[in-house]
Amino acid sequence: MSTPGTPGTPAATGTAEIQVRDLHKSFGDNQVLKGIDLEIRQGEVVCVIGPSGSGKSTLLRCVNLLEEPTRGQVFVGGTEVTDPDVDIDAVRRRIGMVFQQFNLFPHLSVTENLTLPQRRVLRRDKATAARIAAENLARVGLSEKADAYPSSLSGGQQQRVAIARSLAMGPEVMLFDEPTSALDPELVGDVLAVMRMLADEGMTMMVVTHEMTFAREVADRVVFMDGGVIVEEGAPARVIGDPQHERTRHFLSRLLDPAMAEVEEETSDQVGGTER
Amino acid sequence: MADTDVRLRPRKKGLTRSQKRRLSRGVQYAVFVAAVIAVAVTADWGRLQNQFAQPDIARQMFPDVLTLALKNTVLYTVSGFVLGVALGLVVALMRLSSVGPYRWVASVYIEVFRGLPALLIFVFIAVAVPLAFPGTEIPGGTYGKAALGLGLIGAAYMAETFRAGIQAVPKGQMEAARSLGFSPARAMVSIIIPQAFRIILPPLTNEFIMLFKDSSLVLLLGVTLEERELSKFGRDLASTTANSTPILVAGLCYLLVTIPLGFVVRRMEAKAQEAVK
Repeated sequence: MSTPGTPGTPAATGTAEIQVRDLHKSFGDNQVLKGIDLEIRQGEVVCVIGPSGSGKSTLLRCVNLLEEPTRGQVFVGGTEVTDPDVDIDAVRRRIGMVFQQFNLFPHLSVTENLTLPQRRVLRRDKATAARIAAENLARVGLSEKADAYPSSLSGGQQQRVAIARSLAMGPEVMLFDEPTSALDPELVGDVLAVMRMLADEGMTMMVVTHEMTFAREVADRVVFMDGGVIVEEGAPARVIGDPQHERTRHFLSRLLDPAMAEVEEETSDQVGGTER
Repeated sequence: MADTDVRLRPRKKGLTRSQKRRLSRGVQYAVFVAAVIAVAVTADWGRLQNQFAQPDIARQMFPDVLTLALKNTVLYTVSGFVLGVALGLVVALMRLSSVGPYRWVASVYIEVFRGLPALLIFVFIAVAVPLAFPGTEIPGGTYGKAALGLGLIGAAYMAETFRAGIQAVPKGQMEAARSLGFSPARAMVSIIIPQAFRIILPPLTNEFIMLFKDSSLVLLLGVTLEERELSKFGRDLASTTANSTPILVAGLCYLLVTIPLGFVVRRMEAKAQEAVK
């Protein structure tokens, strides 16, 4: 489906599509983001990785203002999202978002899930909306499910419909919030294949994920977050293959080989023991 | 520990668990049947029939009891229900608003109109409104006043039902709609409320039936002969014939609507369940 070994392709050209400046976010006393600076260029695929609670999902949700930042600025396609006077609905039309829990509309059929937002938000006429819906269902390989209801689909199919629903709005940017984390392992591949196709087509993508293989093969850049800050970022081969920071190494070793991480921890325990 | 041992050990005597269950159920049935028989035997059926089931008097109620009384009852109820749904939805959204004063007004409204007996609200509409606004007429005459009274009462109950229904729709639905570019109001109308309606269909039916019965209070507004609904119609006839048969017939007419309604709603629920499943 995709050309292998595309990391670092100069697909990423031109101007910054997403710009995040000194972003802070607190929930009550809990500081989740502690000053994030990030730039994503047009056509670039950026994977955000990190342990749970590192703030990566919150960062993603700040980009389309599902979470209101406490401090700092976010720009999407030159528009300041964090400007209090911005028409946030207009900005969000340009940003696709895919959720961990799919969030399809259960009372609507698959086709209606794709057409209703086009009709209500973009004011497309019935025929146009239906045509665009059919095109995008075909793109994710689910034309035969057009009349089904979401509850009759597998998780993987639901997530592909959710991606098609976002694509039907013609977004400039796609945000993915752990899109495969709620799926059974055997269903992950289909969703990743669709995301890979989008990346190959030059879509600007920001992906919060635990899929290291996907990050390594598809991302132009990997950002590692921990404790509300970006610890390191760079080409996947460097961040995943040759991490510079201890925290990144620790995270990756636990993720890629839990058994090894245990051994590592045991050894450090023993070292601690001898010291005492 | 000892308990488990006792249960695991084979019993030497006494009843097994299932035997005990069957015995206790048998006793319950016996008590129930005995009570029914006792009432049936001791009641004076002759006098009861004389007072409540005179075929001649029942016959003379038709067709007016259906074409006039039942028609008016349904008309009052449906108009009150429609007003109640609309007003209740507004109050529910106010109750969920992030704007303080909206919430307070909604809470006071719900507490007052849920707390007051329906009878007092009708008296209030019949007496206080004309006093406070002399010269102004509520449009629709008795029909308008009835719709207003039932609508005000229904809205208080339905507002709470709507609020619960809206809150029962997962948060991700609103987030998905907002990130597709829906405004909050549009997301509410297109995405959240249709889902909430499915959830609250059963309690909403209950509220319809409640209004159906409360429509009997319309008589407090002072109705003409043509505006009478079932209860008033039945009582009027009962007093002119000095017999209670009309009241029984009126009662049966209420059930004529509520029982099929319950059946239809159960069907609708099952269908909605199927679509979501």
